Amino acid sequence: MKATLDYILHLADNALILGQRNAEWCGHGPVLEQDIAISNISLDLIGQARSFYQYAAEIQGNGTTEDDLAYLRDERQFKNILLVEQPKGDWGFTVLRQFLFSAHQQWLFQQLSTHDDERLAAIAEKSLKEVNYHLRWSSEWVIRLGDGTEESRQRILNAIETMWTFTGEMFMGEAFETASGVNVQVGLPAWEEKVRNCFAEANLEMPANVFMRSGGKKGMHSEHLGFILAEMQYLQRSYPGCEW
Amino acid sequence: MSIHDLEKHFQDRIDAEIKIEPLDWMPDAYRKTNIRQISQHAHSEIVGMLPEGNWISRAPSLKRKAILLAKVQDEAGHGLYLYSACETLGITREETINDLHTGRAKYSSIFNYPTLSWADMGAIGWLVDGAAIMNQVMLTRTSYGPYARAMVRICKEESFHQRQGFESLLVLSKGSDAQRAMCQDAINRWWWPALMMFGPRDSESTNSDQSMKWKIKRKTNDELRQQFVDMCVEQVKLLGMTLPDPDLKWNAERNHYDFGTIDWNEFWQVVKGNGPCNRERLEARKKAWEEGTWVREAAAAHAAKKQKRAASNAA
Amino acid sequence: MNTYIRRFFYGDIPGQETGGSPSPQGPKNDWPLWEVFIRSKQGLDHKHVGSLHAADAQMAIENARDVYTRRQEGVSIWVVKSQDIHASRPEEAGEFYDPAADKIYRHPTFYDLPDEVNHM
Repeated sequence: MKATLDYILHLADNALILGQRNAEWCGHGPVLEQDIAISNISLDLIGQARSFYQYAAEIQGNGTTEDDLAYLRDERQFKNILLVEQPKGDWGFTVLRQFLFSAHQQWLFQQLSTHDDERLAAIAEKSLKEVNYHLRWSSEWVIRLGDGTEESRQRILNAIETMWTFTGEMFMGEAFETASGVNVQVGLPAWEEKVRNCFAEANLEMPANVFMRSGGKKGMHSEHLGFILAEMQYLQRSYPGCEW
Repeated sequence: MSIHDLEKHFQDRIDAEIKIEPLDWMPDAYRKTNIRQISQHAHSEIVGMLPEGNWISRAPSLKRKAILLAKVQDEAGHGLYLYSACETLGITREETINDLHTGRAKYSSIFNYPTLSWADMGAIGWLVDGAAIMNQVMLTRTSYGPYARAMVRICKEESFHQRQGFESLLVLSKGSDAQRAMCQDAINRWWWPALMMFGPRDSESTNSDQSMKWKIKRKTNDELRQQFVDMCVEQVKLLGMTLPDPDLKWNAERNHYDFGTIDWNEFWQVVKGNGPCNRERLEARKKAWEEGTWVREAAAAHAAKKQKRAASNAA
Repeated sequence: MNTYIRRFFYGDIPGQETGGSPSPQGPKNDWPLWEVFIRSKQGLDHKHVGSLHAADAQMAIENARDVYTRRQEGVSIWVVKSQDIHASRPEEAGEFYDPAADKIYRHPTFYDLPDEVNHM
């Protein structure tokens, strides 16, 4: 079965919005080497987004381009999960969000790399190398901060508390996922195990019984997305139909 | 060996184009001059990330976003190569950063100008990176080994920076009226600051040119600036744009372009700290460093804990 | 020793002498310096490419990958704490290397061969 257009857009939007958030660190990282590291991750994500948007553009046809999809859709048409649109916060928030996202993305792309949809499978397989690295890099940082100083531990605890409510959405199947032959719910145990292992080494605990927010996949976003898109899309909206 | 012999041996090596390496004896002033120059060069790369970084979130296409992010990341890498070269001279990166934050060390003034439109990205790539490349090629032959090698690495990576900038302007120049106006406006604002990148006039110097003798520098300011002007006058024609200098004129006698007078008052004001963005740039760097303190501390603490555990496990 | 550096060049912006001043932060923030050696995909040996700061070896390798291998894949990375590098002193170069200058028969150019086999 082929993946649906909406599903490809969802994957693209996730990557783009997270890439956009991570890029905010460029020039402002806690140390030069980490500035380069987070920019690398951001570039990888933007690259993934482009692959997905290009595929989606072909599916849509009518001369649609990757930029049409990224720059001319409104908030209600974006299908990224709420987790990725949250502000970048401090370094603890950023590395934790990356870890929690990549932990699922790794499992997901492993599944997708054997999908019937050859194009989707190819993108997933190619991106898997990068995702493996993102997971490793971010998990190490969660451990450093969780098991670092009193202050870093406090900050990571705050990040967990703020962020946990957004993690459930990754495992809530949406219609376009089912229609594309993807069952995200079954990815939960694998994700929990990765998180449990990392948290154990980081001396952190997984929260339990947290209410899970959702809606991003349906286009019901937090107030953050509006601002992200306003900034991101402004040139294309102000100068419609131009080449850049 | 007497100091006199050491100095002579040192100068002989320089004259013979043999590189000076970290463990070699060198005059104190040579060490200090290189520390200042290399660290200021490194600071420039890092501060330079800010005016361009401004536009990553607003890049008008996914391709441009990726290109800009890659370019700015390259600049971080270049800063790293240079800090690395600087540390071989017996100073830590942290000390040089402290100098930057306290104002003792400077960075290239060009980055104290604001990026006001998307076209600024193209103008910076074309003019600012263009000017930097000219100087950088010269520095690949500088006498201090680690600095020269860092410059070789930087030059290899730099060429795409200038090309993507010019190409970006080329696209604008063939676009809508608004885009063409944006392009010309950016060129108008960045031209003179780019010329100022080459520093004060040669005639401002008075005494001995020790830096030339030590082959820390290999061409004069005016020589490089002239070379740059000659090149850009030809290139701007391809854009169908003009350079904001009514005095630009080919001089058949000199075989170069004559050009107008730089506003030296502006030059010195910006160097002194009164440019449009001096305060903001430094504040941004200080903020990043200070807010990153807890992160650096945590990583160091964790590394120490790990080492301790490994040691006691081995015991 | 008096030097007059009055010419100003790109990168050498007029200002006070900066020889570096001790930073207000103490050793709490100390991330050691690591030297990086890379062997490229086609390479035969690891080459020294520069240095970087990292809190531990794992971070150092990842940083090296991010900084020095952005344009190529499949490389081998070595990182060594700078303090663990032991180098010969330049003044010892004489003892270490000069004796070899006498043994010119070790160099291929010493041997004059007929043109037919000269490519050896």
